[in-house]
Amino acid sequence: MLRELATRWLLAGLLSACPAIANGADETGIVLAEGESRDRVLAMCSMCHSLDYIVINSPFLDRTAWDKTVRKMVTVMDAPLTEEDVAMIVNYLASHYGGD
Amino acid sequence: MLATSGVLASGLLLPGRLAAAEGGELPAGAAASAVLDALPGKRPLIKRTFRPPNYETPVAQFRHEFTPNDAFYVRWHMGVPDLRLAEWRLRVAGPAAKSPREFTYTELLRSFRMQEVAAVNQCSGNRRGLFAPHVPGVQWGYGAMGNAVWRGVRLKDVLEEAGIAASALEVGADGADLPTLTGPDFVKSLPLWKALDADTLIAFEMNGELLSRWNGFPARLVVPGWTATYWVKALTELRVLDRPFDGFWMKTAYRVPMNLFGPSSFESQDTDHNSPITAIRVNSLFVDPAPGATLEVGKQHEILGIAWDGGAGVRRVEWSLDGGANWREATLGRDLGRYAWRQWRFQFKPALAGMHTLLARAQSRDGSMQSEVLIQNPAGYHHNVVQRVDYHAA
Repeated sequence: MLRELATRWLLAGLLSACPAIANGADETGIVLAEGESRDRVLAMCSMCHSLDYIVINSPFLDRTAWDKTVRKMVTVMDAPLTEEDVAMIVNYLASHYGGD
Repeated sequence: MLATSGVLASGLLLPGRLAAAEGGELPAGAAASAVLDALPGKRPLIKRTFRPPNYETPVAQFRHEFTPNDAFYVRWHMGVPDLRLAEWRLRVAGPAAKSPREFTYTELLRSFRMQEVAAVNQCSGNRRGLFAPHVPGVQWGYGAMGNAVWRGVRLKDVLEEAGIAASALEVGADGADLPTLTGPDFVKSLPLWKALDADTLIAFEMNGELLSRWNGFPARLVVPGWTATYWVKALTELRVLDRPFDGFWMKTAYRVPMNLFGPSSFESQDTDHNSPITAIRVNSLFVDPAPGATLEVGKQHEILGIAWDGGAGVRRVEWSLDGGANWREATLGRDLGRYAWRQWRFQFKPALAGMHTLLARAQSRDGSMQSEVLIQNPAGYHHNVVQRVDYHAA
Protein backbone atom coordinates (compact mmCIF):
# COMPACT_ATOMS: atom_id res chain seq x y z
CA MET A 1 0.00 0.00 0.00
CA LEU A 2 2.73 2.40 0.94
CA ARG A 3 4.63 1.54 -2.17
CA GLU A 4 1.49 2.02 -4.17
CA LEU A 5 0.97 5.43 -2.60
CA ALA A 6 4.54 6.41 -3.17
CA THR A 7 4.29 5.40 -6.80
CA ARG A 8 1.14 7.39 -7.36
CA TRP A 9 2.56 10.37 -5.64
CA LEU A 10 5.76 10.21 -7.58
CA LEU A 11 3.84 9.88 -10.81
CA ALA A 12 1.57 12.78 -10.07
CA GLY A 13 4.67 14.85 -9.47
CA LEU A 14 6.34 13.67 -12.61
CA LEU A 15 3.41 14.35 -14.83
CA SER A 16 2.50 17.70 -13.44
CA ALA A 17 6.07 18.80 -13.94
CA CYS A 18 5.90 17.56 -17.54
CA PRO A 19 9.08 15.52 -17.44
CA ALA A 20 11.57 15.72 -20.24
CA ILE A 21 11.16 12.07 -20.98
CA ALA A 22 13.41 10.93 -23.80
CA ASN A 23 11.65 11.36 -27.09
CA GLY A 24 12.31 9.79 -30.40
CA ALA A 25 10.43 6.60 -29.67
CA ASP A 26 8.95 5.42 -32.92
CA GLU A 27 6.97 2.57 -34.36
CA THR A 28 10.04 0.53 -35.22
CA GLY A 29 10.39 -0.18 -31.51
CA ILE A 30 7.02 -1.91 -31.25
CA VAL A 31 7.54 -5.60 -30.62
CA LEU A 32 4.64 -7.98 -31.09
CA ALA A 33 4.25 -11.47 -29.74
CA GLU A 34 6.12 -14.33 -31.36
CA GLY A 35 3.82 -16.63 -33.20
CA GLU A 36 2.92 -18.39 -36.39
CA SER A 37 3.23 -16.16 -39.47
CA ARG A 38 3.97 -13.17 -37.29
CA ASP A 39 6.31 -11.41 -39.69
CA ARG A 40 4.01 -11.82 -42.67
CA VAL A 41 1.03 -10.64 -40.65
CA LEU A 42 2.85 -7.61 -39.36
CA ALA A 43 4.16 -6.69 -42.78
CA MET A 44 0.61 -6.56 -44.08
CA CYS A 45 -0.83 -4.59 -41.18
CA SER A 46 1.99 -2.10 -41.17
CA MET A 47 1.47 -1.16 -44.81
CA CYS A 48 -1.11 1.32 -43.56
CA HIS A 49 -0.71 1.80 -39.83
CA SER A 50 1.66 1.34 -36.92
CA LEU A 51 1.32 -1.90 -35.01
CA ASP A 52 0.33 -0.22 -31.75
CA TYR A 53 -3.21 -0.26 -33.19
CA ILE A 54 -3.15 -3.99 -32.48
CA VAL A 55 -1.74 -3.69 -28.99
CA ILE A 56 -4.09 -0.96 -27.77
CA ASN A 57 -7.10 -2.96 -28.92
CA SER A 58 -6.16 -5.88 -26.73
CA PRO A 59 -6.94 -8.09 -25.04
CA PHE A 60 -10.68 -7.69 -25.44
CA LEU A 61 -11.53 -8.61 -29.04
CA ASP A 62 -12.43 -12.25 -29.56
CA ARG A 63 -11.89 -14.13 -32.83
CA THR A 64 -15.19 -12.90 -34.29
CA ALA A 65 -14.41 -9.29 -33.42
CA TRP A 66 -10.88 -9.51 -34.85
CA ASP A 67 -12.33 -11.07 -37.99
CA LYS A 68 -14.74 -8.16 -38.31
CA THR A 69 -11.92 -5.66 -37.79
CA VAL A 70 -9.63 -7.25 -40.38
CA ARG A 71 -12.45 -7.53 -42.91
CA LYS A 72 -13.15 -3.83 -42.46
CA MET A 73 -9.57 -3.21 -43.58
CA VAL A 74 -10.38 -5.07 -46.79
CA THR A 75 -13.93 -3.95 -47.53
CA VAL A 76 -13.63 -0.33 -46.37
CA MET A 77 -9.94 0.53 -46.49
CA ASP A 78 -9.14 -1.50 -49.62
CA ALA A 79 -6.31 -3.48 -48.05
CA PRO A 80 -5.14 -5.90 -50.76
CA LEU A 81 -5.57 -9.08 -48.72
CA THR A 82 -6.66 -12.49 -49.96
CA GLU A 83 -9.00 -14.76 -47.96
CA GLU A 84 -5.91 -16.73 -46.90
CA ASP A 85 -4.23 -13.54 -45.70
CA VAL A 86 -7.32 -12.61 -43.70
CA ALA A 87 -7.47 -16.04 -42.10
CA MET A 88 -3.77 -15.93 -41.22
CA ILE A 89 -4.02 -12.43 -39.72
CA VAL A 90 -7.16 -13.23 -37.73
CA ASN A 91 -5.57 -16.39 -36.44
CA TYR A 92 -2.47 -14.56 -35.26
CA LEU A 93 -4.45 -11.73 -33.64
CA ALA A 94 -6.99 -13.99 -31.95
CA SER A 95 -4.21 -16.23 -30.64
CA HIS A 96 -1.98 -13.51 -29.27
CA TYR A 97 -4.16 -10.43 -28.83
CA GLY A 98 -7.54 -12.03 -28.24
CA GLY A 99 -9.86 -11.66 -25.30
CA ASP A 100 -13.49 -12.12 -24.55
CA MET B 1 14.77 4.63 -28.48
CA LEU B 2 13.01 2.10 -26.43
CA ALA B 3 14.10 3.60 -23.18
CA THR B 4 10.89 5.59 -23.35
CA SER B 5 8.71 2.56 -23.84
CA GLY B 6 10.71 0.73 -21.23
CA VAL B 7 10.01 3.31 -18.57
CA LEU B 8 6.37 3.60 -19.33
CA ALA B 9 5.52 0.11 -20.41
CA SER B 10 5.91 -0.96 -16.82
CA GLY B 11 2.47 0.45 -16.17
CA LEU B 12 3.70 3.78 -14.96
CA LEU B 13 1.65 5.97 -17.19
CA LEU B 14 -1.24 7.47 -15.33
CA PRO B 15 -4.45 7.34 -17.33
CA GLY B 16 -5.12 3.62 -16.99
CA ARG B 17 -4.50 3.73 -13.29
CA LEU B 18 -6.66 6.77 -12.84
CA ALA B 19 -9.48 5.38 -14.83
CA ALA B 20 -9.62 2.47 -12.47
CA ALA B 21 -10.71 4.84 -9.76
CA GLU B 22 -14.02 5.46 -11.47
CA GLY B 23 -14.77 2.04 -12.77
CA GLY B 24 -13.54 2.39 -16.33
CA GLU B 25 -10.07 1.22 -17.14
CA LEU B 26 -8.02 1.36 -20.33
CA PRO B 27 -7.45 -1.98 -22.02
CA ALA B 28 -4.23 -3.50 -20.67
CA GLY B 29 -2.61 -3.26 -24.10
CA ALA B 30 -3.45 0.43 -24.36
CA ALA B 31 -2.07 1.18 -20.92
CA ALA B 32 1.11 -0.74 -21.68
CA SER B 33 1.81 0.77 -25.09
CA ALA B 34 1.23 4.41 -24.12
CA VAL B 35 4.40 6.46 -23.95
CA LEU B 36 5.09 10.13 -23.45
CA ASP B 37 6.50 11.25 -26.76
CA ALA B 38 6.96 14.68 -28.34
CA LEU B 39 6.06 15.25 -31.97
CA PRO B 40 8.12 18.06 -33.57
CA GLY B 41 6.92 21.34 -32.07
CA LYS B 42 4.84 19.60 -29.40
CA ARG B 43 5.67 18.90 -25.79
CA PRO B 44 5.49 15.26 -24.66
CA LEU B 45 1.97 13.96 -25.10
CA ILE B 46 0.53 10.53 -24.46
CA LYS B 47 1.12 8.50 -27.60
CA ARG B 48 -1.76 6.21 -28.44
CA THR B 49 -0.66 5.38 -32.00
CA PHE B 50 2.38 6.48 -33.99
CA ARG B 51 0.98 6.18 -37.54
CA PRO B 52 -1.31 7.85 -38.16
CA PRO B 53 -0.38 9.97 -35.15
CA ASN B 54 -2.86 9.96 -32.31
CA TYR B 55 -1.56 11.74 -29.23
CA GLU B 56 -3.47 12.73 -26.16
CA THR B 57 -3.03 15.73 -23.84
CA PRO B 58 -2.03 14.88 -20.25
CA VAL B 59 -4.83 16.00 -17.93
CA ALA B 60 -2.47 18.22 -15.92
CA GLN B 61 -2.38 20.54 -18.96
CA PHE B 62 -6.07 21.25 -18.52
CA ARG B 63 -5.27 23.49 -15.56
CA HIS B 64 -4.86 26.28 -18.12
CA GLU B 65 -8.00 28.10 -19.21
CA PHE B 66 -6.85 27.61 -22.78
CA THR B 67 -4.82 24.59 -23.74
CA PRO B 68 -1.32 25.55 -24.88
CA ASN B 69 -0.89 24.83 -28.58
CA ASP B 70 2.12 22.63 -27.96
CA ALA B 71 0.07 20.53 -25.56
CA PHE B 72 -3.01 20.27 -27.76
CA TYR B 73 -3.97 16.72 -28.70
CA VAL B 74 -3.33 15.33 -32.17
CA ARG B 75 -5.70 13.08 -34.07
CA TRP B 76 -5.42 11.93 -37.70
CA HIS B 77 -7.09 9.17 -39.67
CA MET B 78 -4.46 9.29 -42.39
CA GLY B 79 -1.08 10.74 -43.24
CA VAL B 80 -0.52 14.29 -42.02
CA PRO B 81 -0.25 16.77 -44.91
CA ASP B 82 2.71 19.11 -45.07
CA LEU B 83 1.29 22.10 -46.91
CA ARG B 84 2.97 25.29 -48.12
CA LEU B 85 0.99 28.47 -47.72
CA ALA B 86 2.05 29.85 -51.10
CA GLU B 87 0.67 26.83 -52.93
CA TRP B 88 -2.38 26.24 -50.77
CA ARG B 89 -5.81 26.97 -52.25
CA LEU B 90 -9.31 26.67 -50.88
CA ARG B 91 -11.81 25.60 -53.52
CA VAL B 92 -15.50 26.26 -53.02
CA ALA B 93 -17.63 24.36 -55.45
CA GLY B 94 -20.32 21.66 -55.58
CA PRO B 95 -23.68 21.21 -57.32
CA ALA B 96 -25.36 23.84 -55.14
CA ALA B 97 -22.64 26.50 -55.46
CA LYS B 98 -23.76 29.04 -58.03
CA SER B 99 -20.32 30.43 -58.86
CA PRO B 100 -17.50 28.14 -57.76
CA ARG B 101 -14.47 29.97 -56.44
CA GLU B 102 -10.90 29.33 -55.46
CA PHE B 103 -9.11 31.39 -52.84
CA THR B 104 -5.50 31.83 -51.85
CA TYR B 105 -4.68 32.42 -48.20
CA THR B 106 -4.12 36.12 -48.85
CA GLU B 107 -7.40 36.45 -50.70
CA LEU B 108 -9.29 34.94 -47.80
CA LEU B 109 -7.65 37.31 -45.35
CA ARG B 110 -8.35 40.32 -47.56
CA SER B 111 -11.87 39.45 -48.58
CA PHE B 112 -13.46 38.47 -45.29
CA ARG B 113 -13.75 39.82 -41.80
CA MET B 114 -11.80 37.91 -39.15
CA GLN B 115 -13.78 36.42 -36.29
CA GLU B 116 -12.85 34.70 -33.07
CA VAL B 117 -14.55 32.04 -31.04
CA ALA B 118 -13.45 30.28 -27.87
CA ALA B 119 -14.45 26.65 -28.11
CA VAL B 120 -13.72 23.19 -26.83
CA ASN B 121 -12.49 20.81 -29.50
CA GLN B 122 -13.26 17.29 -28.34
CA CYS B 123 -12.73 14.09 -30.28
CA SER B 124 -15.92 12.04 -30.63
CA GLY B 125 -14.07 9.11 -29.10
CA ASN B 126 -12.63 10.94 -26.11
CA ARG B 127 -12.69 8.45 -23.16
CA ARG B 128 -13.44 5.52 -25.48
CA GLY B 129 -10.72 3.56 -23.69
CA LEU B 130 -12.77 3.72 -20.49
CA PHE B 131 -15.77 1.92 -21.95
CA ALA B 132 -16.70 -1.31 -20.21
CA PRO B 133 -16.93 -3.57 -22.08
CA HIS B 134 -14.26 -2.13 -24.38
CA VAL B 135 -15.04 -1.23 -27.97
CA PRO B 136 -12.48 -1.16 -30.79
CA GLY B 137 -10.89 2.10 -31.91
CA VAL B 138 -8.22 4.44 -30.63
CA GLN B 139 -8.25 3.82 -26.89
CA TRP B 140 -8.40 7.40 -25.65
CA GLY B 141 -8.31 8.35 -22.00
CA TYR B 142 -9.45 11.82 -20.87
CA GLY B 143 -7.22 13.96 -23.03
CA ALA B 144 -8.54 13.86 -26.60
CA MET B 145 -9.76 17.41 -26.14
CA GLY B 146 -8.65 20.98 -25.62
CA ASN B 147 -9.95 24.52 -25.29
CA ALA B 148 -8.71 27.29 -27.58
CA VAL B 149 -9.51 30.65 -29.09
CA TRP B 150 -9.93 30.03 -32.80
CA ARG B 151 -9.53 32.83 -35.30
CA GLY B 152 -10.45 32.93 -38.95
CA VAL B 153 -13.21 33.82 -41.35
CA ARG B 154 -16.83 32.78 -41.21
CA LEU B 155 -17.63 29.72 -43.27
CA LYS B 156 -20.92 31.44 -44.10
CA ASP B 157 -19.20 34.46 -45.65
CA VAL B 158 -17.00 32.29 -47.86
CA LEU B 159 -19.90 30.10 -48.98
CA GLU B 160 -22.02 33.13 -49.81
CA GLU B 161 -19.24 34.45 -51.99
CA ALA B 162 -19.65 31.29 -54.07
CA GLY B 163 -23.42 31.70 -54.12
CA ILE B 164 -25.59 29.21 -52.26
CA ALA B 165 -28.34 27.79 -54.44
CA ALA B 166 -31.83 27.27 -53.01
CA SER B 167 -31.30 23.53 -53.39
CA ALA B 168 -28.37 23.50 -50.92
CA LEU B 169 -28.73 20.86 -48.21
CA GLU B 170 -25.26 20.12 -46.79
CA VAL B 171 -21.74 21.49 -47.07
CA GLY B 172 -18.97 18.95 -47.59
CA ALA B 173 -15.44 19.59 -46.35
CA ASP B 174 -12.27 17.84 -47.49
CA GLY B 175 -8.72 18.19 -46.24
CA ALA B 176 -5.42 17.41 -47.92
CA ASP B 177 -4.99 14.15 -46.01
CA LEU B 178 -5.19 11.07 -48.19
CA PRO B 179 -5.58 7.37 -47.45
CA THR B 180 -2.50 5.16 -47.80
CA LEU B 181 -4.24 2.89 -50.30
CA THR B 182 -7.41 3.58 -52.21
CA GLY B 183 -9.74 3.57 -49.20
CA PRO B 184 -12.23 6.35 -48.49
CA ASP B 185 -10.87 9.86 -48.25
CA PHE B 186 -11.69 11.64 -45.00
CA VAL B 187 -14.51 13.96 -46.06
CA LYS B 188 -17.24 15.27 -43.76
CA SER B 189 -20.40 17.25 -44.26
CA LEU B 190 -22.43 19.70 -42.19
CA PRO B 191 -26.11 20.48 -42.44
CA LEU B 192 -26.56 23.85 -44.13
CA TRP B 193 -27.88 25.46 -40.93
CA LYS B 194 -24.72 24.60 -39.01
CA ALA B 195 -22.46 25.63 -41.90
CA LEU B 196 -24.20 29.02 -41.93
CA ASP B 197 -23.99 29.50 -38.16
CA ALA B 198 -22.14 32.74 -37.41
CA ASP B 199 -19.77 30.86 -35.06
CA THR B 200 -18.70 28.24 -37.60
CA LEU B 201 -15.31 29.32 -38.92
CA ILE B 202 -12.54 28.52 -41.33
CA ALA B 203 -9.78 29.09 -38.78
CA PHE B 204 -6.15 29.92 -39.44
CA GLU B 205 -5.08 30.51 -35.87
CA MET B 206 -5.48 29.02 -32.45
CA ASN B 207 -4.57 30.90 -29.30
CA GLY B 208 -2.98 33.68 -31.33
CA GLU B 209 -0.64 31.53 -33.41
CA LEU B 210 -0.93 29.97 -36.82
CA LEU B 211 -2.24 26.43 -36.68
CA SER B 212 0.50 23.85 -36.45
CA ARG B 213 0.68 21.10 -39.02
CA TRP B 214 -0.53 18.69 -36.32
CA ASN B 215 -3.64 20.73 -35.72
CA GLY B 216 -4.56 21.51 -39.31
CA PHE B 217 -2.26 24.11 -40.91
CA PRO B 218 -3.05 26.25 -42.74
CA ALA B 219 -6.82 26.17 -42.22
CA ARG B 220 -9.39 24.02 -40.50
CA LEU B 221 -13.07 24.11 -39.86
CA VAL B 222 -14.16 25.17 -36.40
CA VAL B 223 -17.62 23.86 -35.62
CA PRO B 224 -18.28 25.04 -32.07
CA GLY B 225 -20.35 22.74 -29.92
CA TRP B 226 -19.94 19.74 -32.22
CA THR B 227 -17.41 16.97 -31.83
CA ALA B 228 -14.08 17.36 -33.59
CA THR B 229 -14.79 14.94 -36.43
CA TYR B 230 -16.38 17.89 -38.25
CA TRP B 231 -13.45 20.22 -37.65
CA VAL B 232 -11.73 19.17 -40.89
CA LYS B 233 -8.00 19.94 -40.83
CA ALA B 234 -5.70 21.03 -43.66
CA LEU B 235 -8.89 22.13 -45.38
CA THR B 236 -8.69 22.32 -49.19
CA GLU B 237 -12.21 22.02 -50.52
CA LEU B 238 -15.76 22.93 -49.63
CA ARG B 239 -18.67 21.58 -51.61
CA VAL B 240 -22.18 22.94 -51.40
CA LEU B 241 -24.32 19.84 -51.84
CA ASP B 242 -27.93 19.36 -52.87
CA ARG B 243 -28.18 15.83 -51.49
CA PRO B 244 -26.88 13.99 -48.43
CA PHE B 245 -23.17 13.30 -48.68
CA ASP B 246 -22.67 9.53 -48.68
CA GLY B 247 -18.95 9.05 -48.03
CA PHE B 248 -17.86 6.39 -45.55
CA TRP B 249 -16.96 8.88 -42.83
CA MET B 250 -20.51 10.22 -42.85
CA LYS B 251 -22.78 7.35 -43.73
CA THR B 252 -21.00 4.56 -41.83
CA ALA B 253 -18.55 6.01 -39.33
CA TYR B 254 -19.21 8.50 -36.54
CA ARG B 255 -22.75 7.32 -35.91
CA VAL B 256 -24.81 6.85 -32.78
CA PRO B 257 -27.97 4.75 -32.39
CA MET B 258 -31.08 6.75 -33.23
CA ASN B 259 -32.43 8.74 -30.27
CA LEU B 260 -30.02 7.16 -27.77
CA PHE B 261 -28.61 10.61 -27.06
CA GLY B 262 -31.72 12.64 -27.86
CA PRO B 263 -33.15 13.79 -31.16
CA SER B 264 -30.93 14.10 -34.20
CA SER B 265 -29.71 17.53 -35.23
CA PHE B 266 -28.63 16.33 -38.67
CA GLU B 267 -31.81 14.91 -40.22
CA SER B 268 -30.55 14.69 -43.80
CA GLN B 269 -28.03 12.09 -42.61
CA ASP B 270 -30.38 10.00 -40.48
CA THR B 271 -31.15 6.40 -41.30
CA ASP B 272 -33.85 4.21 -39.75
CA HIS B 273 -31.54 3.20 -36.95
CA ASN B 274 -28.79 5.77 -36.48
CA SER B 275 -27.71 9.41 -36.76
CA PRO B 276 -24.39 11.18 -37.05
CA ILE B 277 -22.80 12.12 -33.76
CA THR B 278 -23.17 15.90 -33.43
CA ALA B 279 -23.18 18.06 -30.28
CA ILE B 280 -20.86 17.48 -27.34
CA ARG B 281 -22.65 16.22 -24.21
CA VAL B 282 -22.31 18.01 -20.91
CA ASN B 283 -19.23 16.80 -19.07
CA SER B 284 -16.68 17.61 -16.39
CA LEU B 285 -13.23 16.54 -15.31
CA PHE B 286 -11.08 16.72 -12.19
CA VAL B 287 -7.76 18.36 -13.06
CA ASP B 288 -5.72 19.42 -10.05
CA PRO B 289 -4.49 17.99 -7.76
CA ALA B 290 -4.11 14.96 -10.01
CA PRO B 291 -6.60 12.28 -9.04
CA GLY B 292 -4.73 9.71 -7.01
CA ALA B 293 -2.56 12.38 -5.39
CA THR B 294 -1.79 12.40 -1.69
CA LEU B 295 -3.21 15.34 0.25
CA GLU B 296 -2.20 16.51 3.68
CA VAL B 297 -4.73 15.62 6.37
CA GLY B 298 -6.44 18.53 8.07
CA LYS B 299 -5.31 21.03 5.46
CA GLN B 300 -7.53 22.92 3.09
CA HIS B 301 -6.97 21.93 -0.54
CA GLU B 302 -8.34 23.65 -3.58
CA ILE B 303 -9.65 21.16 -6.11
CA LEU B 304 -9.72 22.43 -9.70
CA GLY B 305 -11.67 21.00 -12.59
CA ILE B 306 -13.33 21.93 -15.86
CA ALA B 307 -16.86 21.54 -17.25
CA TRP B 308 -18.23 22.01 -20.76
CA ASP B 309 -21.11 21.14 -23.03
CA GLY B 310 -22.31 21.61 -26.60
CA GLY B 311 -22.79 25.36 -26.41
CA ALA B 312 -25.67 26.08 -24.05
CA GLY B 313 -23.08 26.80 -21.38
CA VAL B 314 -22.46 25.31 -17.95
CA ARG B 315 -25.13 26.13 -15.39
CA ARG B 316 -23.57 24.52 -12.33
CA VAL B 317 -21.07 22.00 -11.10
CA GLU B 318 -21.68 20.04 -7.92
CA TRP B 319 -19.41 17.78 -5.92
CA SER B 320 -19.99 15.01 -3.45
CA LEU B 321 -17.97 13.41 -0.69
CA ASP B 322 -20.37 10.61 0.08
CA GLY B 323 -20.79 8.77 -3.18
CA GLY B 324 -23.49 11.07 -4.48
CA ALA B 325 -25.91 11.14 -1.55
CA ASN B 326 -25.29 14.84 -0.92
CA TRP B 327 -24.05 17.46 -3.34
CA ARG B 328 -22.54 20.91 -2.85
CA GLU B 329 -22.02 23.54 -5.43
CA ALA B 330 -18.54 24.28 -6.74
CA THR B 331 -17.53 27.84 -7.64
CA LEU B 332 -17.47 28.47 -11.36
CA GLY B 333 -14.54 30.33 -12.90
CA ARG B 334 -14.99 33.09 -15.40
CA ASP B 335 -17.15 32.57 -18.44
CA LEU B 336 -14.87 32.23 -21.48
CA GLY B 337 -17.76 31.90 -23.91
CA ARG B 338 -20.58 29.44 -24.27
CA TYR B 339 -18.60 26.97 -26.35
CA ALA B 340 -15.53 27.09 -24.12
CA TRP B 341 -15.05 25.05 -21.01
CA ARG B 342 -15.40 26.62 -17.61
CA GLN B 343 -13.15 26.07 -14.66
CA TRP B 344 -14.63 25.12 -11.29
CA ARG B 345 -13.14 24.97 -7.83
CA PHE B 346 -14.02 23.84 -4.36
CA GLN B 347 -12.22 23.59 -1.05
CA PHE B 348 -11.64 20.15 0.37
CA LYS B 349 -10.23 19.47 3.83
CA PRO B 350 -9.71 15.74 4.49
CA ALA B 351 -10.32 15.28 8.20
CA LEU B 352 -9.11 11.70 8.34
CA ALA B 353 -6.21 9.81 6.85
CA GLY B 354 -7.04 7.29 4.16
CA MET B 355 -8.75 7.28 0.84
CA HIS B 356 -11.41 9.84 -0.06
CA THR B 357 -13.60 9.34 -3.10
CA LEU B 358 -14.92 12.53 -4.65
CA LEU B 359 -17.50 12.98 -7.37
CA ALA B 360 -18.24 15.98 -9.56
CA ARG B 361 -21.08 16.48 -12.00
CA ALA B 362 -21.98 19.30 -14.34
CA GLN B 363 -25.34 20.55 -15.49
CA SER B 364 -25.85 22.45 -18.71
CA ARG B 365 -28.01 25.52 -19.10
CA ASP B 366 -30.15 23.35 -21.38
CA GLY B 367 -31.02 21.30 -18.28
CA SER B 368 -29.05 18.20 -19.23
CA MET B 369 -26.83 16.49 -16.67
CA GLN B 370 -23.92 14.12 -16.94
CA SER B 371 -24.84 10.48 -17.10
CA GLU B 372 -24.61 8.36 -13.95
CA VAL B 373 -24.04 5.20 -15.92
CA LEU B 374 -22.24 4.55 -19.17
CA ILE B 375 -24.50 4.68 -22.21
CA GLN B 376 -23.10 1.87 -24.34
CA ASN B 377 -22.89 2.45 -28.07
CA PRO B 378 -20.92 0.54 -30.69
CA ALA B 379 -18.29 3.15 -31.48
CA GLY B 380 -17.67 4.32 -27.92
CA TYR B 381 -18.87 7.91 -28.16
CA HIS B 382 -20.23 10.45 -25.67
CA HIS B 383 -18.63 9.08 -22.50
CA ASN B 384 -19.83 11.60 -19.95
CA VAL B 385 -20.25 9.45 -16.88
CA VAL B 386 -19.97 11.35 -13.57
CA GLN B 387 -16.31 11.08 -12.59
CA ARG B 388 -15.32 9.47 -9.33
CA VAL B 389 -11.76 10.09 -8.16
CA ASP B 390 -9.69 9.02 -5.20
CA TYR B 391 -7.41 11.25 -3.14
CA HIS B 392 -5.29 9.82 -0.40
CA ALA B 393 -5.04 11.79 2.80
CA ALA B 394 -1.91 11.27 4.86
